Amino acid sequence: MIEIKNLTKKFENKIAVDNISFKINRGEIFGLLGKNGAGKTTTIRMLTLQTKSSSGEIFYNRNSVINNEIEVKKLIGVVPQHINFDQDLNVYENMELHAKLHHLKKSERQQRISELLEYVELGDVSNENVRKLSGGMKRRLLIIRALIHRPKILFLDEPTVALDPQVRRKIWELIKNLKLQGVTIILTTHYIEEAENLCDRVAFLNHGKLIAIDTPKNFCTKFEKNSLEEVFIELTGDKI
Amino acid sequence: MIEDILTVFWRDWIVLKRRLTKFILSRTVAPILYLVAFGFGLGKNISVDNGTYIDFLVPGILALNSMNISFNSITPVHAERVYHKSLEEYILAPISSTSFVTGKISAAILRSMISSSMILILAFLFGAKLNLSIVFIGVLILNSIIFAGLGFIAAMTIKTYEEMSQVNTYILLPMSFLCGTFFKTTTLPEGIRFFIEILPLTHTSYLLRGLANNFEVSLMSLIVLIIYAAAIFFLSIKSFDRQLK
Repeated sequence: MIEIKNLTKKFENKIAVDNISFKINRGEIFGLLGKNGAGKTTTIRMLTLQTKSSSGEIFYNRNSVINNEIEVKKLIGVVPQHINFDQDLNVYENMELHAKLHHLKKSERQQRISELLEYVELGDVSNENVRKLSGGMKRRLLIIRALIHRPKILFLDEPTVALDPQVRRKIWELIKNLKLQGVTIILTTHYIEEAENLCDRVAFLNHGKLIAIDTPKNFCTKFEKNSLEEVFIELTGDKI
Repeated sequence: MIEDILTVFWRDWIVLKRRLTKFILSRTVAPILYLVAFGFGLGKNISVDNGTYIDFLVPGILALNSMNISFNSITPVHAERVYHKSLEEYILAPISSTSFVTGKISAAILRSMISSSMILILAFLFGAKLNLSIVFIGVLILNSIIFAGLGFIAAMTIKTYEEMSQVNTYILLPMSFLCGTFFKTTTLPEGIRFFIEILPLTHTSYLLRGLANNFEVSLMSLIVLIIYAAAIFFLSIKSFDRQLK
């Protein structure tokens, strides 16, 4: 479904992503793991066309993203690491803005927004300004906002960062349900437990380089370790 | 494309609608002060080109006000880009840069025209006699496009909030007073005058004043404004595209 070839991103005096290549299959949950600054977010930003690569190629359904940006943007949903709501709009208006930007018709728009708000138990706060929501509510809202236009591929950048374990588990359930609905999910995380719980395959990134890619089970078998954390330490000599 | 422009405009309209009364009241204070201080106080006994000073003054106030309102209407995009990161919603959406820029500039034009209408109502209450026409409104819109576009480019390129406010201090404020708004540029020294007459606000003041007072105006000024508007609109789109670096 997604293929990246020799992808590199250079900033002025730093290589953030260094010549990485891999494929992501349709319907899988694919995890990008690594320490802060490993290149996870930059990779996501290139895949979601928020930043241009310095070199290399990205293909969606075998089509290059070059000159195909609008079609790719219709396919994907993005949940960023930071909260990026429009602070002047309330919960419903933030959802409506996203729906309008993705060309949902009025009748479908209203139904879809209500359905999603109810799904994550935010129906009661639809007229509240987004600033008034708790951290967990904001995270859930970020996820459903990205789902309004029924994307085939969902990118989640550290979706449960700074959340308490209860809310984190709720979000995991939400992600698992999306997989059941056939959505391909790419997530970055530095919570090993999250990757072990959710991901079909994971890729380890370190200093911008892809160091290994496999299923969590295969990693543990191959390296004779009990967890991905231990595998990462074995591979890099460092903790995540 | 039209649908996308309307969506971007819709967002700004929602925000404006919620604050419309505050917007109108706050944007009326400065023009009232200009009209009272310069129109009545200072200009009561002044005659310019055989007309009253208030008839001379109001087009200048309209020019500088539409510059300030359109520029400052669009500068919150800076906070959306730098602090709230909500600009990402538009970058990730399947819409073109042209649609986004057009929607934002259209909303700024609306704010500028609401504010200009308030000034005109006040000016007529203060006894001004002005001839309004389609071309007059067209010049106001062109001026709004130019300065909304400049505001957009500033919002896309400047890093901090402090630097944004410096654009007001070092660019807009001097133009407000020197570009033929309160007095004719012919009274300025030759060197300064040459520089001032290149600036778009000078042409807006000149055109609005001429049209409002039934003087003959130069087509060249209108062409200059159109060129400014087209160039700045193009650069606004480029500045949005540069966010993808």
